[in-house]
This record gives sequence, C-alpha cells and structure tokens, in this order.
Amino acid sequence: MTINGWIQILIFCALVLALVKPLGWYMTRVFSGEHTLLSPVLRPVEAVLYRLSGTGEREEQHWLTYALSMLAFNLLGFLVLYALQRFQDVLPYNPMGMAAVAPDLAFNTAVSFMTNTNWQNYGGESTMSYLVQMAGLTVQNFVSAATGIAIAVALIRGFSRASAKSVGNFWTDMSRAVLYLLLPLCAVLTVFYVARGVPQTLSAYVGATTLEGAKQTIAVGPVASQLAIKMLGTNGGGFFNANSAHPFENPDALVNLIQMVSIFAIGAALTNVFGRMVGDQRQGWAILGAMGVIFIVGVAVAYWAEASGNPLVHALGVEGGNMEGKEVRFGTALSALFAVITTAASCGAVNAMHSSFMPLGGLIPLINMELGEIVIGGVGAGLYGMLLFVVLTMFVAGLMVGRTPEYLGKKIEAKEVKMAILAILCLPLAMLGFTALAVVLPAGLASIGNPGPHGFSEVLYAYVSGAANNGSAFGSLSGNTPWYNLTIGMAMLMGRFLVIAPALAIAGSMAAKKTVPVSSGTFPTHGGLFIGLLVGVILIVGGLTFFPALALGPIVEHLSMIAGQTFSVGG
Amino acid sequence: MLRQLRPALVMIVAMTVITGLLYPLGMTGIAQAVLPGRANGSLIAVNGQVIGSELIGQNFASDRYFQGRLSATVGPDPADPSKTTSVPYNAANSGGSNLAPTSQVLIDRIKGDADVRKSQNRGQSVPVDLVTASGSGLDPDISPEAALFQVPRVAAARGLQEERVRQIVAEHTEQRVLGVLGEPRVNVLKLNLALDRING
Repeated sequence: MTINGWIQILIFCALVLALVKPLGWYMTRVFSGEHTLLSPVLRPVEAVLYRLSGTGEREEQHWLTYALSMLAFNLLGFLVLYALQRFQDVLPYNPMGMAAVAPDLAFNTAVSFMTNTNWQNYGGESTMSYLVQMAGLTVQNFVSAATGIAIAVALIRGFSRASAKSVGNFWTDMSRAVLYLLLPLCAVLTVFYVARGVPQTLSAYVGATTLEGAKQTIAVGPVASQLAIKMLGTNGGGFFNANSAHPFENPDALVNLIQMVSIFAIGAALTNVFGRMVGDQRQGWAILGAMGVIFIVGVAVAYWAEASGNPLVHALGVEGGNMEGKEVRFGTALSALFAVITTAASCGAVNAMHSSFMPLGGLIPLINMELGEIVIGGVGAGLYGMLLFVVLTMFVAGLMVGRTPEYLGKKIEAKEVKMAILAILCLPLAMLGFTALAVVLPAGLASIGNPGPHGFSEVLYAYVSGAANNGSAFGSLSGNTPWYNLTIGMAMLMGRFLVIAPALAIAGSMAAKKTVPVSSGTFPTHGGLFIGLLVGVILIVGGLTFFPALALGPIVEHLSMIAGQTFSVGG
Repeated sequence: MLRQLRPALVMIVAMTVITGLLYPLGMTGIAQAVLPGRANGSLIAVNGQVIGSELIGQNFASDRYFQGRLSATVGPDPADPSKTTSVPYNAANSGGSNLAPTSQVLIDRIKGDADVRKSQNRGQSVPVDLVTASGSGLDPDISPEAALFQVPRVAAARGLQEERVRQIVAEHTEQRVLGVLGEPRVNVLKLNLALDRING
C-alpha cells in the first residue's frame, strides 16, 4: 500500500460526501413535486406522459397498488427487452450483423437488466446489436434504477407520514427519477466521457493494420451514453465484455474516479433525502455513518491484499502487487477500491477481473454482496435494504430493554419485523440454496473454470451476485448454459422482488401508524450507539449466515496459498 | 393488475423512445459534431492507413518493439469455427484470463515468461505487469519499470544506444492524472511509433 493510493481513496470519499447534501436537497424537491431549475422544460413532457397514461399525477396509491404498478411496468420492460434480443438480426442498427440471441440467454439478460443486476452471460461486443444496447439495455438501465429510487422514496414516505393510507404514486416517482435526475446527469457525463476517449458512434467496427502488419478489428459503438447510466444507475452492465477494464469504457484514472463517484452519488444522497423527509437530517447521516464504517474496513482489507501481491508469484523472482486481470493505468489501489465500491453498491461494473483477485481481495466483494449491498447499495435498493436492517436492529434493541421498539416515532410491531425478516432471509435462501444445488449437479459443476476451492467460490459468487442484483462475476465460470441462465435468472428475481414487496408492505403499514412523541425512554437513532448496534446486527446476521460458505471458498484458498499449495485440474 | 396495463404500456414505450433512442442518438450527434476524433475511437492513421487506436493495445512479438501486457483474449479457431483459440489483443472480444491466484496454470505461465524475460535482461527481477495478463486483454500501457526493463533488448535489436532508447521511454512516460490519480504509464503503441520514426 502506498500513501498515493490512500490519498486517492480519500479524494473519492471526499467527493461523495460533498455531493450528499446538494444532491439530497435537489432529489427531495423533485420527489416532493416542487419547482426545480429544469421544471420549465420537463413539466410539459411529464404532463403528456401522465395524460397518455390516464394516471393523475397527484393520485395517491395504496402500497399494494404501488407494488402492482411497479410489477406491471417491469413485466412489460422484460418482454420488450426479450423481444429486442430475439429479433435483433432483422432490426436496424446492427452493422456487425449480430445473430438473434438464444432464448435462455435472452431470458437471463432481460431479467438481469430489469432487476438492475446486469449479470452478463455474454460479451457485449460479440453478441449485442447497437439497437439492443441502446433501446433495450440502456432503457432498462434507466428504468430499473428509477424503479429502485421510487421504492426507496415510497418507503421513506412510510416513515415520514402518519395515519396515511398511501405511499405516493409509482408512475410519478419513476418518471421524475428518469427525467429530472438520471437523464440530465447522464447527458453531462456522456460529453465528459467522450472528451476523454470513450467512443460514441453508430459506425461498424474499425479494421486496422497493426505496426507488425496484423489485422485488428476494433469494436466501437454508442458506448459513452450507455456508460453514463451504467454507473449512475448502479447497473454495471458493460458495453464491452471487459466492462470498465476496457480502455474504451474507462480510458484513464480521471474517468475512473468519476465512474466511482457516479456509483455512490445517488445512493449516498438518498440517505440525505431520507433525513430531510423525516424532518431530521441527523437520521440520514447516522445511516450513512454505519455504511461508511463497513465500507472503509472493506477497502483497507482488499487494498492490502491486492497491493501485497501473490506469494506464489514472488517466489518466481517477480516483484510487485497482484496485476493479473488488472490494468496498468489503475494499478492495485484503484482496482481494489473499484471492486469494493461496485459490490458495496449493487453496481457490478468492474475495472479488473475479480476472479484473479487474491483470495482475501475477492472475499470482500463477496461479503459486501452477501450483506445485501446495504453499504450505499444500489440506487434506492441500498437504502430500503438498510432500513430493513434498521427495523431488525430496533427490534433487537427493544428486546434488550423489554420495551416496544420505535423508530422515528413509529412503533415497530410484529408485522414489520416479520416483513423485514422475510426480506432478509430470502437472500441467503437464493444465494446458498442455488449454490448447494449447483455444486452437486453435473450441470452446475461442468461450468467451473478454476480447480480447487476457487471453483467453489466461482459458483457461490455467481448466485450471491445474482440474488444481490450486483452483476459482477468471477468470470472463469462459464455462465452461458441453460442451467446457469435459468437458475441465476431465478436468483435475480428472488433477490429483487422478494425484497421489494416486503419493503413496500412495511412502507404501507408504517404510513398508517400514528406518531408517538419522543420520551425519555426513546432510543436515539442518530448517535454512535445506534450506528454501532446497526453495524453489529448487520455483521452478525450476515456473518453467521455466510461464514461456512466463505470458509469453504476464499478462506481455504487463502490458507492453501500461504502454505504454498496450487491447484490443477484433476490434481 | 389490468388497470395498470395502460400506464405501464405508455410508460415503457415513452421511456424506450426517450432514453433508448432520443438520448443515445442525440448524444451521438453531439459527440460526432464536437469531438469526432474521440467519438470514433481515437484512431491513429499513418499515411492514410488506420494502424490502430491510441487507447487499444496491440500485439508486439518482434524484439525490435517494446512489448505490452500479456493478452488472454480469444477468437474463433480458423481450423474449427465452433472452437476458440488464443488471439492476443483481439479488440472485438475483450477479456482477462480469470485464472485464480492459486491456479497451477497461472503459476506455470508466469514462471515460463519470467524465465524468458530474465534471460533477456541479465537475470534482473521482472516487473509484475510484464508477466501478467491485463483485465481487458487490450491494455495499451505498461509501467515505466516494465519499459526500462526491455531497453537492452530493443536497443540491441535496433542497433541503438541504450541511453538513447531510455531517453525516448522517458519522453513517452505519462505521469499520474492531476499528479495523483492512477499510475505512471507508457503507451506501448505510441512508444513504438516514435522508435520507428527515428529508426524504421
């Protein structure tokens, strides 16, 4: 580890923190329907959308209606994306003549982008037409992010309202997230990315003759516009197979910094929206504080592991950190930092290949995802995931002192705790359940790329990434098989909708409750004690659930490595 | 659910038009008008012929050229199109080796390359980026240490003085962005182009 590495990490943290308040202020105005700088342009567009939809913009929805709207919208989005892939060979904007995508892969990809996972069992430049990249994948990047934000805003309303029957309007929340927040920011980011070298063209791939006279086909495309929303919406699906390790998708360290800040910006600001809407910004900072603690520990471990390098390689007279699967322009510091950010949030973009990380360097992304990506998390998903843990924490705190728990003046009762537990348990069920199946069935075992404990980690990582809606991968697993396309698709659906539904149910029941006044017996939820308790509950629930699986994968691999052991097929 | 169908249909069509067509096509128009060189892939042409992109690495095998990172990219096998074979720096199919740190295949590969590298440079210890595959398989850069390590071999092959080659490497070393971001690096294609200009 170097001083320079840590300075870069601090610069990143400072930029994210600096954005929390202004972005939080702006988003609060947007989702409260107040006037903003962009209103003169966007209000008329909104008005047309609502009129065509036949939905009143201020028409309030019960949480169940809100959920149904969201499901209907997502279902249609899935169908459109599936159809676009299946028919891409006869549709326009296909200069490289890409063939129709196979049904199982198209299913997996459509689910993947609809659920904001962006798990990719394909290489973008060798599979998808420009039309699918733009009108299919980019669209779902926008609206799956907007869906997450909408759910988070609905849950916030649940906490901030009293004796109310409704939690807002899905169509308004989703449209505003796209029009006022994501689209303007992406337009600015796209221009910046192009200026630094990210391609934005509809022309076919370029044929070049290299200095040594070989033919090189250079894939290009409308990359910058997709890259902007891929990071800002914590989607993470790369235009290219190598994702943000590709020099066209991440040409230099400045672009890399902006990409990293984009991943965290909205998720971090949502904690401030939360604080503003419940009338006490300290509540938002406390949540962000708990996220920050887990984040920094993760960065320190991953950076240390990658910078220290591979002892098996050092023994061969090769000096330096672990550079297998990494790019020179980023080195070990920015690669490790990116990996922790992308899995803390549910982004899943990568600027280095996680499969080639040191065992402990790869352990941190796994843990981040297994905890449900509540450290900043996916846009919206991170906040509602964290609030589920808050409900659980207040319940535990209430048990300790024998008092009915409250949070923000709302009593937390059996229904909320049940819903929170349901959401929190569905993740390990999908992650560990499918892993267990895949490592005993021939269809699951056949795709494993690396021998030994790393092979187990590959399978575990796939289902953890899918269920957590992350999308990053240990790329050595050959995921494009019917078994993995189908089961990872199911894990993604479980991890998305079996968390959203209980979260909205909690929103509804919280909104209906009366507010009880603060008394001397109220546990303050904006201080260090609360942060400590919250972090403790997260680590105990996550740690105890996943420790056995982690012990079989990355931990065994680490211990083998320091004992000098390598693994070969059949050996 | 049925009552939600109309707004769902309107919204998915509207969002597809706005974010899937107007946005990317509009951005393409702006990019092509304002920054055509960047938007088209930062291509380098010599005598009117495209020889590559300054951002995309290419394969160098000759001793006369500085060599880049190992590339694990693959392409279709000419002998059997249903299979793939190693095609280094295939810029139409990016990717890394994805080998585990404890993989015997990885350790054997690094050992083989490190032994060759050492023999070319008086047994000195080898910079790690010279014997590891990049994440994209298209890394255009190597570290300044990796460039300096190759100076004796390139200078000998070209009949140039080592001091002269070291000077060219220094001229092509890019420092960290804004003095702090990223790592110092040498763009291999630009370095080799410069060498060809003085000694073709």
